[in-house]
Amino acid sequence: MKNVLGDKKSILILVGPALLVYTLVMLVPVFWSLGYTVFEGNAIVGFTFVGLDNFATMIGDTRVHDALWFTIRYAFVITIGQVLFGYALSLLYVFVLRRSSSIVRTLVFFPVVLPTVAVALMFQKMFEVAPQNGLVNELLNAVGIPSVDWFGSAGSAFLVIAVMDIWRSMGFYGVLLYAGLVDIPEETLESARLDGASGLKLVRHIVIPLSLPVLLSSIIFSINGTLKVFDSVLALTNGGPGTTTSPLTLYMFQTSFTYGEYGYGSTIALLLTILCLVVTVFIFRSSRRDLTKG
Amino acid sequence: MSAPALQRTTQQATRQPGRRPTQRSRTTRRLVKKVPTTILVAILLVLVVYPLVWLLLGSFKTNAEFLNNPTWSLPSQFTFDNYVEAWNTGNIAQYATNSVLSVFPALFFIILFGTAAGFALEVLVWKGRGGVLLAFLIGIMVPTQMILLPLFTVYFQTGLTGTLWPLVITYTAIGLPLTVFMMATYFRAIPREVFEAATLDGASIIRTFFSVGMPMVSNAIFTVALVQFFFIWNDLLIALTFTNSSDLRTIQVGLLNFNGEFGATNYGPLFAAICINVFGTLVLYLILNQRVQKGLTAGSVKG
Repeated sequence: MKNVLGDKKSILILVGPALLVYTLVMLVPVFWSLGYTVFEGNAIVGFTFVGLDNFATMIGDTRVHDALWFTIRYAFVITIGQVLFGYALSLLYVFVLRRSSSIVRTLVFFPVVLPTVAVALMFQKMFEVAPQNGLVNELLNAVGIPSVDWFGSAGSAFLVIAVMDIWRSMGFYGVLLYAGLVDIPEETLESARLDGASGLKLVRHIVIPLSLPVLLSSIIFSINGTLKVFDSVLALTNGGPGTTTSPLTLYMFQTSFTYGEYGYGSTIALLLTILCLVVTVFIFRSSRRDLTKG
Repeated sequence: MSAPALQRTTQQATRQPGRRPTQRSRTTRRLVKKVPTTILVAILLVLVVYPLVWLLLGSFKTNAEFLNNPTWSLPSQFTFDNYVEAWNTGNIAQYATNSVLSVFPALFFIILFGTAAGFALEVLVWKGRGGVLLAFLIGIMVPTQMILLPLFTVYFQTGLTGTLWPLVITYTAIGLPLTVFMMATYFRAIPREVFEAATLDGASIIRTFFSVGMPMVSNAIFTVALVQFFFIWNDLLIALTFTNSSDLRTIQVGLLNFNGEFGATNYGPLFAAICINVFGTLVLYLILNQRVQKGLTAGSVKG
């Protein structure tokens, strides 16, 4: 039997194309990009070897420090926001709405599938102050608060990005965590209720401990995704005002394609990759069981 | 159950018949209890849905209406002028065509190659398949920024820049790791005996894959295709990097530039262009919502 299902030629035909495309377009470029970190120049003007200069520049580059700090701050705030709102939603679905939660789940999941660029432009218009007020400022005016120039300062621009990304993804984490919560056996909850636990007490002592694994994976997925943030920031603020909201990804993109510095761009990309890799190690640690079980 | 707790439940049980509420007061109490929940859910739904409604209404307004009326006013007429202008003058038609021409060929290759590899990795028996699966898994985590520059160089030197091929090729490669991983998981759920029986009946492995394997996971294939469609259709980074002329822009890149070139003063067409982009994916989601939710959460490792 093993001989038939182990036919070398067939295996090659089936796994070959995928492996070839994947190797040529992903694996090779990763190492190629590593090589770029010791060069200067770009595809059009050619490359010159500069040794470790790019790394030395990066260590002293305040824009890299700012971008790294923004990336970490963003990942931290958005992860907490996404998972917290997602968890609140999933509790709402499971314990309050119960069987009628399907329609709410479907509606709140809406924004997840929408193109980021479209959502970002929509938020730009919603938070607009000039030439005329957007939805948010009109609402503020209606309750007597003057219009705010949301994209005029780093703090408020960050707030708008955070609001947008949480709006976009809370439905996703709601459904993800919901799948974990419905797995809690009804008997466990029932016996806890008989013991007198109810409301927040039930959540605090029974639900949170039992949903800890799925909560933990959500947090890690979220960090891994938010570290790579690009579309939403580019389309919403383009890193502004100034460069106060530009993450590593955006700085890498500008360095590479606006200034044509491939070597330095690759060095920043490497920093980002290492950052993600550290998180990835955690992913495999925490979800190893799921991976082998399927 | 502990003794005091048991006592408490018996107390509750014995207390119950003493003050049995009438049917009516019980119903009212239940309704009153539901009020906060209803309000909460209503606020939630307004927060999620109203921006989209506002967007849709805005797409029918004239520029004068935008400037003179409050932003939540209804449009005075429902004409499709803005849509026509965005579609033709704003080139959204061209951008949408480019998106279709780059996304669907890539989807075809992702599904064909990814399913075959998933089958080979899970059903067939060979040395090193663990290593190959791990290699694919690594690809899920690598940030796209890490492969952009070498690819740009290669596409530039081979003369592919200026066509949609860089997008098709890159999308295919980016989509493969997750597809292989998900398909391997689905094949794992099928008993091996099914495939062994097929080969015993004289089918070659390739034949077994196409006439037994693929039909058995056709549901999963559809889900994975849907997930990949959303990832690729909504992509900005790759499309932005590899499209050097305005003729090649995908709908996302087109919309981004639309805002700069056209929309800063021309609100109506910009809103219409955003609407075309948003409601296209929304319709697809509304038809297949359960499957999209399941698929996207299953692909959450991608982050």
